[in-house]
Amino acid sequence: MTAAVVEVRDVHKVYRRGAERVDVLKGIDLDVPAGEFLALMGPSGSGKTTLLNLIGGLDTPTSGRVIVAGRDLTHASSRELARWRAEHVGFVFQSYNLLPVLTAARNVELPLLLTRLSHAERRRHVEAALALVGLADRANHYPAQLSGGQEQRVGIARAIVTDPTLLLCDEPTGDLDRETAGEILDLLGELNARYGKTIVMVTHDPLAAARAGRVLHVDKGVLVAARAA
Amino acid sequence: MKYLHLLWRNLLRRKARTTFTFLSIVVAFFLFGLLMAIRNGFEGGVEIAGQNRLLTMHRMSIIQMLPERYLAQIQGTPGVRLATHLTWFGGIYQDPKNVFAQMAVEPDAMLRLYPEFILPADQRQRWLLTRTGAIAGRKLAARFGWRIGDRIPIQPTFWRVRDGKPDTFEFELVGIYRGATPDVDETQFFFRHDYLMERVGKPGLVGWYGVQVEDPARADEVARAIDRQFANSPAETKTATEKALIQSFANQVGDTGTMLTAISAIVFFVILLIAANTMAQAVRERTNELGVLKSLGFTDRGVMGLVLGEALLLSGTAGLTGLALVLLAVPVLAKLVEAFLPVFYVPARALVLGTGLAALLGLASGGVPAWVAQRLPIVEALRRR
Repeated sequence: MTAAVVEVRDVHKVYRRGAERVDVLKGIDLDVPAGEFLALMGPSGSGKTTLLNLIGGLDTPTSGRVIVAGRDLTHASSRELARWRAEHVGFVFQSYNLLPVLTAARNVELPLLLTRLSHAERRRHVEAALALVGLADRANHYPAQLSGGQEQRVGIARAIVTDPTLLLCDEPTGDLDRETAGEILDLLGELNARYGKTIVMVTHDPLAAARAGRVLHVDKGVLVAARAA
Repeated sequence: MKYLHLLWRNLLRRKARTTFTFLSIVVAFFLFGLLMAIRNGFEGGVEIAGQNRLLTMHRMSIIQMLPERYLAQIQGTPGVRLATHLTWFGGIYQDPKNVFAQMAVEPDAMLRLYPEFILPADQRQRWLLTRTGAIAGRKLAARFGWRIGDRIPIQPTFWRVRDGKPDTFEFELVGIYRGATPDVDETQFFFRHDYLMERVGKPGLVGWYGVQVEDPARADEVARAIDRQFANSPAETKTATEKALIQSFANQVGDTGTMLTAISAIVFFVILLIAANTMAQAVRERTNELGVLKSLGFTDRGVMGLVLGEALLLSGTAGLTGLALVLLAVPVLAKLVEAFLPVFYVPARALVLGTGLAALLGLASGGVPAWVAQRLPIVEALRRR
């Protein structure tokens, strides 16, 4: 059996809005083995993005444990989480979240600024990542000069440029048309199948979820059903 | 250095806003440099005033004259190494607008008492041998295009000529002095006292005395001793260190230092508000991007550093540009104001202070926005658009 890259144990997440208590996650248990492509589906407000944020170390659970790539994130400090994210996680966002003032290449280079790589080494990594997503010829284009699909490819290149353990995708095709969404999903599938990347993807789209190896449904803060692909 | 591109691109995101802020800071530092040059001009004489030199003048006012015979008594006062006299001439060269200081002196003693006036040996010798000879400062000679050997006619204003010749004093320029340091006034004109006395009928009067003491620590004691000798005489004296007297003259114009510091402080406070507003807006607009940077692995402190770096880059480049511009402008302006401020340049200490102020401005304007950016929760930042 393949070792779990992600282990989530009885995780609760509670937010407070003034006097109101909002239980977003209610005792989630989840294992994601290395090399799996997992889709998390569910309606808006179900808690799937919150779960993704906890797995990615962007937030910490109210109770329970989150262990990713062998590291217990539950009680890590903000600084430790930041360093851990830089090394182990790549994020792909729905709205791409590229910095508009930087070219595609400079956007992809951002996570590498946190490493000890030289300028030449960083450039080689950036070129390789952009080539992998099919945008080698768009390296010097600014986000505003790219289509939505191309922007998301740059977002994926930025997510994989440090060769992270885990790719976390939050509605990666949410802002794209069907055809472009298909291309992005093909790319994620290739990263999983050919390069063995472990991927956790949050999506509303059943067609997108169908590309995953396993689909889990989150509803009102609990995992309610599972389907193996 | 690897973050410089990111900082620079972020600054250029809102070109108009950054340009206006940049220009505001440039103007502030240009003004700062200019005010420091003016302040230096007012206080320059105080700074270079010899610690071992006294000035003896009429007790009532420096414009009242003293008997020439006092020189021997002053010279004989215990603790005095050297004394000489200087006399204001106040003449007009060609046009009343051509204002510059003209003084009648004893050449040899004057040059010994004021070694900051550097005169080549041959020119010094020529001055000692030429009764109508005069020397001018380098800037003054350049202002009127004078060359050694030129005849310089100066019309007296209050001295009455009694030798039956035309009123105009005609001097021969025998030397051009330069200052030993940039603070030395190079716009003065000195000629021989014996020539003045010869033409005005030897009234035996001088303007004031310059006195060199043997021990600067005993300067006050020597000053009191000089004044005691002339107490209860028709021309009582007031002696003080050169520094104290020049400072008191500067203070008559007003406490220029305090005034100029106050103006600088107000200018910087306004610029601080402008720069801080720019940085605060920049952070507010980029909340989502700061969240993205944190999600990529930038630490809270790292993000804070980026915001502070941006503020420092803006204030640093603008501040240094302002200082560079004032360095270029001051030599040009110096020519325009040299009649009123003979010593006019931006002192090195003002450049050091300006550089420090630019850094301080960056830290102060970026401090609060950087702190806000540091504390920004990632999940909340990513939700914002």
